[in-house]
Amino acid sequence: MMGQPHGYGPAWGPMTALIEIRDVSHRFETDSGPLHVLDHLNISIEEGGFTAVVGPSGCGKSTLTRLVSGLMKPDEGEVWLHGERVRGPRSTVGMAFQNPVLLEWRSILNNVVLPLEIVPNKLTRAQKEERARFLLDLVGLSGFEDKRPSELSGGMRQRASLCRALVHKPEVLILDEPFGALDAFTREDLWQTMHKVKQEEPFTGLLITHDLRESIFLADQVVVMSGRPAHTQYLMDVPATGPRALDDLYTPEAAERLNILRHQIQIAQGRTADDDRKEAAE
Amino acid sequence: MNISKVITPVLAVLVFLGLWEALVWVNDWPNYKMASPSDLGPAFTRYWELFLVYGWQTLWRTVAGLLLAIVVGTALGMIMGFSRTMRDGLYPLLVGFNAIPKATVVPIIALMFVGAHDFNTILIAFMISFFPIAVSVSIGLSTLEPEYRDILRSLGASQMTIFWKIALPKTLPEFFGALKVAVTLAFIGTNLMEIVSPHGRGLGALFDSGKTNSDYPLMFAVLIALAVLGILLYYVVVVLEKIFAGWAERQPG
Repeated sequence: MMGQPHGYGPAWGPMTALIEIRDVSHRFETDSGPLHVLDHLNISIEEGGFTAVVGPSGCGKSTLTRLVSGLMKPDEGEVWLHGERVRGPRSTVGMAFQNPVLLEWRSILNNVVLPLEIVPNKLTRAQKEERARFLLDLVGLSGFEDKRPSELSGGMRQRASLCRALVHKPEVLILDEPFGALDAFTREDLWQTMHKVKQEEPFTGLLITHDLRESIFLADQVVVMSGRPAHTQYLMDVPATGPRALDDLYTPEAAERLNILRHQIQIAQGRTADDDRKEAAE
Repeated sequence: MNISKVITPVLAVLVFLGLWEALVWVNDWPNYKMASPSDLGPAFTRYWELFLVYGWQTLWRTVAGLLLAIVVGTALGMIMGFSRTMRDGLYPLLVGFNAIPKATVVPIIALMFVGAHDFNTILIAFMISFFPIAVSVSIGLSTLEPEYRDILRSLGASQMTIFWKIALPKTLPEFFGALKVAVTLAFIGTNLMEIVSPHGRGLGALFDSGKTNSDYPLMFAVLIALAVLGILLYYVVVVLEKIFAGWAERQPG
């Protein structure tokens, strides 16, 4: 077994975690030869947990989401979901991306209903719409059900996208930089909405992000992936007493956490603080 | 429905006819140089039965060719949109085929299927108009953002579901754009065959007989009739577009 700095090996044996990424390696064939993206990656997420994954650009974070959702199979290693090995797409997963990809020809309500038209269920049309309305209300979009996506702001579209990801009550919510394209204030609004949603609609979350403050605000576990080929470089647990209100992000404790994470990202990028200073001086 | 939406185009047509009449009158052109709008009225009243019968022949054959172009064009577009290999293979063939002036194909087709006048006319209308449809559908499908696919695939949707729920509706605006081009092209195809074929039918044949008999106002009247049919069919497409792809239209302002 490869020794890892945080001493976090794969937990062979009885399954306790809802999402278990075990020793996963993956390569892509590109025109300029094989690209080694993931190298013996291990991540374990408890049921009801919320894990944020941060790392340098191009380190394979999006590949990770495709592996967990079953859209791709890893070359080596295994991905387990609720005690079952992931071999293909499964409807117990909900996804939201940086691009909200709402269908322009459908109303907001019908966009949210979409997964219920695909996942097998016994709900009537009225029940499906009721479920969608409940979620839209939860994220503060009641009154916008009949609008077209083009009539909504970026933040509102992202809220609708979140509702669509949750409408079929998935066990796992995969968020691939969903707030990345929003302005800072809208983003903070959505962070708070996420806390509210998680209380009302429990899920196990996997969040890919570039924003360190976002990671400690939303997640109970932050994973730092190394540069390519990526392995799990560092793991930080954020206790329930961690920053859960926006003001908490400006405490010395939060600053300490962010500092540690920032330092780890620098290591993942293969840089040091001295490099940065030298570069700035030049 | 705004009343000015009707009045503005009607006024524009009247102004156009007025300018045309004035141009002929000022230059004192004879009929064989250029007929004036006031000559068209008598031509229409004299041959109105022929205009109805031939106009209908031209119209239904154009629509038939267009429907065939929609079916084949969409199928080709789907094949090229979903498979890279098929796109690489088919594109040069299609572009080459489209580059051949259809006027040169008309005599070949006319000889190939001698006597099958309806069939020949529909075939030319089809051949001249399927290309933009195939290209637009294939582009619409191949530029589908991968996230759309991922969202549905991660829910376990089949390729067919993805096509019906996302790919097809997303392609509709491009499809209707191409259809507007195809409508006018199909009219060109129909008339090419009608004019060239001996003992042809349709407005093209009426035009040809006007030429043979030196009936210049009749020739101009046929052109106007063709324009009217073209406008009619174009607006049918516009109405269909409003119904099926109205969502793509942004409100101005």
